[in-house]
This record gives sequence, C-alpha cells and structure tokens, in this order.
Amino acid sequence: MSATADVLVVGGGIQGCSSALQIARRGLKVILVEKNTAGRHASGVNAGGVRRLLRAAPEIPLAVASMRMWHDIAALVGDDCGFRVSGQIAVAEDAAGLATLEARAAEVRALGYEHEELVGRNELFEILPALSRHCVGGLVARDDGFASPYHTTMAFRRAAIAAGVDLREECRATGFCRAASIWRVETSSGAIEAPILVNCGGAWGGAVAAALGETVPLEPTAPMMMVTSRMPEFVTPVVIGVGRKLSFKQMPNGTVLIGGGHRGVPDTERDSSSVDFRKLITSARTVSDLFPIMREAQIVRTWSGIESRLPDDVPVIGPSSTEEGAYHAFGFSSHGFQLGPIVGAIMADLVTLGRTELPIEAFRISRF
Amino acid sequence: MSAWDAIVIGAGPAGLAAASVLAERGANALLIDEQPAPGGQIYRGIEQLAATRPGLLAVLGPDYAHGADLVQRFRASGAAYLPGSTVWQVTPEREVWLSGAGRSARHDAKAILLATGAMERPVPVPGWTLPGVMTAGAVQILLKSSGLRADAPLVLAGSGPLLYLLAQQCLAAGARLSAILDTTSAANERAALAHLPAAVVGGGLPYLRKGLQLRKAIAKGGVKWVRHVTKLRIEGTDAATAITFESKGRTERLPAALVALHEGVIPAQQMTRALGLDHSWDAVAQCFRPAVDAWGNSAIPGILVAGDSAGIGGARAAEHAGRLAGLEILRHLGRIDGAARDRLAASDRRGLAAHLAVRPFLDRLYAPPPDILRPADEVTICRCEEITAGAVRAVVAQGCQGPNQAKSFLRCGMGPCQGRLCGPTVTSVIAGALARPEAEVGYFRIRPPLKPVTLGELADMDAVE
Repeated sequence: MSATADVLVVGGGIQGCSSALQIARRGLKVILVEKNTAGRHASGVNAGGVRRLLRAAPEIPLAVASMRMWHDIAALVGDDCGFRVSGQIAVAEDAAGLATLEARAAEVRALGYEHEELVGRNELFEILPALSRHCVGGLVARDDGFASPYHTTMAFRRAAIAAGVDLREECRATGFCRAASIWRVETSSGAIEAPILVNCGGAWGGAVAAALGETVPLEPTAPMMMVTSRMPEFVTPVVIGVGRKLSFKQMPNGTVLIGGGHRGVPDTERDSSSVDFRKLITSARTVSDLFPIMREAQIVRTWSGIESRLPDDVPVIGPSSTEEGAYHAFGFSSHGFQLGPIVGAIMADLVTLGRTELPIEAFRISRF
Repeated sequence: MSAWDAIVIGAGPAGLAAASVLAERGANALLIDEQPAPGGQIYRGIEQLAATRPGLLAVLGPDYAHGADLVQRFRASGAAYLPGSTVWQVTPEREVWLSGAGRSARHDAKAILLATGAMERPVPVPGWTLPGVMTAGAVQILLKSSGLRADAPLVLAGSGPLLYLLAQQCLAAGARLSAILDTTSAANERAALAHLPAAVVGGGLPYLRKGLQLRKAIAKGGVKWVRHVTKLRIEGTDAATAITFESKGRTERLPAALVALHEGVIPAQQMTRALGLDHSWDAVAQCFRPAVDAWGNSAIPGILVAGDSAGIGGARAAEHAGRLAGLEILRHLGRIDGAARDRLAASDRRGLAAHLAVRPFLDRLYAPPPDILRPADEVTICRCEEITAGAVRAVVAQGCQGPNQAKSFLRCGMGPCQGRLCGPTVTSVIAGALARPEAEVGYFRIRPPLKPVTLGELADMDAVE
C-alpha cells in the first residue's frame, strides 16, 4: 500500500524544508522525501551568506523579500538561525574593479533599489580597518549578513515537522509517473501518491525534471571552503572579491571562513565531493593580498559540498512546462541559501493559488 | 615538486624498513617524517641516545636498542629523507603535500606507503582534561627525548603493555611512581587464556616472557599496584589533585598531581580516512583499521599501508610488514617480479607471523573497558570544542544519525585537532546511543589539511604551482 499526501516535496535542503513548511502551514498534508539526511549537501555546507548585494537583476525582488523574512527569522522557524546583520561589502582592488562597482550601483538604483551603496577609500578602511591599502573602493549592503547554514536548515526542518510535514530521510525517489491527476513516486521505501509534486532536488533536481521530460543543463559543482583557527576580531562584514573569487567572513567565535566559488570535485553518484588544493592556493593568495593579517592564520579545515549550477547562474523556479501538478525550485547556482525563506512562500503560493506576486518569469524551466 | 619512485610517510619501524629495502634495490625513495630524527614513537631519539647517553639506552632496554640497527641500515640505504616535515595532504593521485620549516611543497610518487603508526586511544574518564593528566605515551616521550623525569610522584592508570613498560622504565630511571592502577578486568584475563596456547605455539613466547619480566620488575620495585580497577575519576579544579577508583568493591582515593592514562593504542586513521579507504571495525580491540591485503595494498592503486597504521601489531611486526610493502612496491615499479618478491619476502613473512601470534591474546587481555569507549554524560569527549558525551547523546536523541551530523550540530571534531582525539569516542558514543554497530555508524569525514597549515604558507605555493 502506498502512502498518500496532498503534496510530495522531493529534497530536504533549505528549499525543500522551507517549501514543505509553508505548504503545510496552509493546511495541506505534505510528505517530504530526502535521499540522505536534511541539509546534507549544499544547504548544510554553504558559506552561510545572507546577501542581496550583487545579485542578478531578476533575483533582486526575491532577495529583497527574503531579506525581510530573515530579519524576523525567529518568528518564522522559532530559531535565530545564527543570523547576524554584519553587512556585506564588495571590495575593488583597482580602477577597473571600481568601474565595475560603479556601473553595478547605477544599475541597481535604476531598478529602484537602495540597498547597495558605493563607498570611497576613507569609508572603506573605516569599515575594514585590516584591509590592504591598495584597495580603492567598495559597494556595501549594510543590512545583509550571514547565518549558520546547517542550523538554519535544521530549524526549517524542525519547523516543518512541527507544522505536520511527514519527513522521510534516507528515502530516495526513484521513479515518477502520473495517472488520473495523481503522481505516483517510487521511493527506496515504498511508493507515495500525491496530486502535487514539488521538486527541490538541488544538484539532483535536474534528474527529477528529466523524469518529467524536461531537460535542463544542470552541472554539478563542489564549492570549497576553508576555515582558520580562531583569530582576534578584525573584520565585521562579509567581504566579497571583485575580479577575484572571494567570500570572506569572521564568525562570532573568531574563526575565519573563506569561500568564494573555487570548486572541488563533485561525485553525485557517491553523494560526496573532494577538495582541490591547487585552487585553494589561489584562494589563499587572494586572502593574503587583501588581508595581510591573515598570513599567520592556521587553516584547520576545508570542505566542499555538492551544489549545482545552470548556465545563466539563476535558478529554475516555477511550474513544470510539461506536466500538470508539478513545480520546480532547484539549480540555485551556489547562492540559494538567502532565498530559502521566500522560495518556500513562493512554492506555497504556486501550489495553493496557482500564482505568485513575485516576478518569477525569468526562472521558468522552459528557458533552456 | 619532484617525482619519486616511492614516498614513505613515517620513520618508525615500518617506514624505515620499507624505505631501506626500496633504496637498497635502486628505487628512488623518499622518507618523510614529522620528527627531527628517525625512529618513530617507539625508537624516538635512538641515534642521539645511542651516541650520547648509553646509560639511558640501557634503562630503556634491548627492544628499544634494536631500533639503532634499523636506523643504521636506513642511513646506509641511500634513501632520501625529509625530517621535520608534516604531511598535510595525500591524494589518490599519489601526491604528498607537506610543510617543513615554514614552507609547503608537493611531492609526487609512483607509489606511496603510509606508515603513520598508532596513536594512543583517548581515555576520557572524568577529569581527564585537567592539567597534570597526560597520556603514558607523552611521559615516555619525555623520558626518551630529554631523559626528563616527572618531578611529582606519578600515578599510572589504565592497562596494556605500554603501561607496564613505562612503569618499569620509570622505576629503572629512578622516577617517583606512587601507584599503578590497573584496569585490566578479571573477565579479560579469563577470556584471554583461551588464546594463550596459540600465542605460545605461534612464536609469542618472547612477548609473554617479557611481560612476565616487566611484571616481576614492577613488583620488585615495591610500587602500589592495584588490580581490577574500575571507575577512574580524576579530581581537581584547576589541576589534578587526586584520583579515585574502585577495586574489589571499595572506593579508594589517592593524592595525585601527575596522572598518566593509557588504554592501548589504535591505528592512526586520519590519512587512510582522508584517502577514502574502507575501514573495518575490530570488535575485540575496539578500533577501526583500513582494508589492505597481505602486502599492504589498499583499494587505491599505488597506495599502501603498513605497520600499526594498518592494524596494531607492535614494532617488530611493523618492521616486517614495512619490508613486505617495500618489496611489493618494488614489484609495482617493475624492479622485481612476483616470484622474486615472494622469495625475498619469505623470512619477513615468517617473522611477521611469529610477531603477530601473540596479538589475539594481548588484544583480548587488554580490550578497553566499556566506560572508556562510551563515557558518562558529564565527561568531555571533544577537548577542542569542549563537547561532552551527554551533548552527543542529546543530538542523537534529536535525530542525529552519525559522526558527521554530530559535527554539524555540535562542532565536535572541528577544532585544531580535526577530530583526531574525539573521533573514536564520538563513533562509539553514537553507536551506543543508537544501539547500532560502530562499522555502520562510521567515522568523521576527514578532509585535508590533516594538520593545520598557515594561510601564508599556502598562498606562497602560488609561485611554484
């Protein structure tokens, strides 16, 4: 006998947990299946940036709406998720970098948003006293910040369960078919039937879409991170490189987290990934150039997790183009964490109302 | 960066023997070691000691002195040697990344032998993190490297051959020893008896004789020696002041400012884990060991493991296993064929079997007490992040299924030791809480760097890469 629900969500990352939570809070019966454990991949191992700064134009309305939810995250999931309003700042090292930031600032202003502000050298060094003096300017989003990714995903998971979601971990969806308006999904622990299917499969979301006859060029990736031993407090905001890959932040416990998009080697078959130190050398070089104080920091850990990206670096969000009663939210291309809260609300809107107030046309699956 | 025929990591008995046989037969071999001089933990400081302090060499005994021959043969072999170098990454593509004298470098090889030896099993009893509490191995390092003796009376607590050896060495060196609290249980003593005949027949007699001699020497030394001790607990607020324990149903308390704990050694698994090798659980010795064949080959071509890091066998067994792995690498390299390898291996095969014959008896006799593996809730198990066994059990109750999730929940294993010290205990505590076998619960996912490396050092590799 198969289990039944109103909605079956596939994927227990932050998008899946957030979607399941919001849908369940609207009174529907939700089953959420996760092939490993919740937050095992991108949601649990990302850099934790909660950022509107430098987002692709189509993502800005979503990021702005999501940021409002972040600023009251405890009301949403009953946990502060380690969220800190630290600000985020992109740093230009030369005239070309500064020109990039100036053009960006103008673009965002033209769209009617105020959250990205240019700062000159003086203010730059006030915000970042330890920054190397060769830097020339920055672009800051003062109300951006960071959170603890694994704790956040766990908070969404707990809230979802409390809202009545039937969470099934170590349960892998293996086959999808639809008959008489009902999805029948085969899993490693029995079949599940539901009229509505929500695909939040992350790096495996492309495989779910393919099962629905929708091929997307989703490429698995393995962003890498380094963590140092505890350092005296020397930097408050999250720092982003311009022209060089860098995302850099000091955690409340003093450790420094270094990311920025250098990629390791993903292995989606084995659900694992490995780090590539050749690229971490470049990352270390960038940090050493921007923050000379960091040369003495001990790197104590590195890690990578499985993520995925689409060629245009924005996600798929919206209804299936081939099947009724199916919706997608995947392919966040290494910057989906901040969007987690709003994506849940969008998916709940789509499932219960068939539409959403936010502009998601740019994220349609049929664009490929 | 240079390409070697073979890189051997670790200059203990296995590594020294392997590097020697490789270089003697013409292979371009490099031996890398953390210590400033060859010998590993067991023969630490042997060259200097032999040259400058023959008196102390005599105190440490003939088994220790055997290391001098091994080191001499290595020195004569022509193998390249990089002491004072910390390996912080080994890849399946056979690259070794290391740090020495403030610089990092990469070396490539056709074959790599991991001979990283053993580590002392963590002994998380209440109070084990107090200043004044050390491992027996640390006390022995002091003894070997500087001849230093503890200035306060020392309490030795735990079980295993090293504990008795250290007791005898302390007595011979004139160190003050206030008590030996022996946690070997009566049940272990009874169960081990079944393995005694095979140990005797198989060639383990010298070990048994040495054990008896050690016990005799300790008894002669007149030290208080309490058997069948349970419920060790070290007291103190800023430092150890006393140790309490139970024996024969009575609780006793001894003043103790200096305590050395020991419950045997287990394979050092950071490197074999980081390489993603399979590990099996040894239910008697209560530890993981990497899966390797009789020559030390792992599942990754050209990556071999020998000596205690492949499974505890002791120094002499490690020496034979190292030589066997060296011969196998020579075959990999095409320097000898399979028949020559087998012929050259014959005496080491016999030696290895003889030295391993006593292991089932020793493993059973000194199987660690359960409360060390699965300590009480109050006991800190991750020292870096100060996480207790109770905290780990609490997250298991919340749905945590294994060590890696516990790490995400609690940060246990994320400190500077990178889980080296808490890993075994975290696995056992979770296995206990879930009532599942350790093999299923698994271990921390180990990622490089295996030892911390400064960001500046990594950045400076930019020029060469």
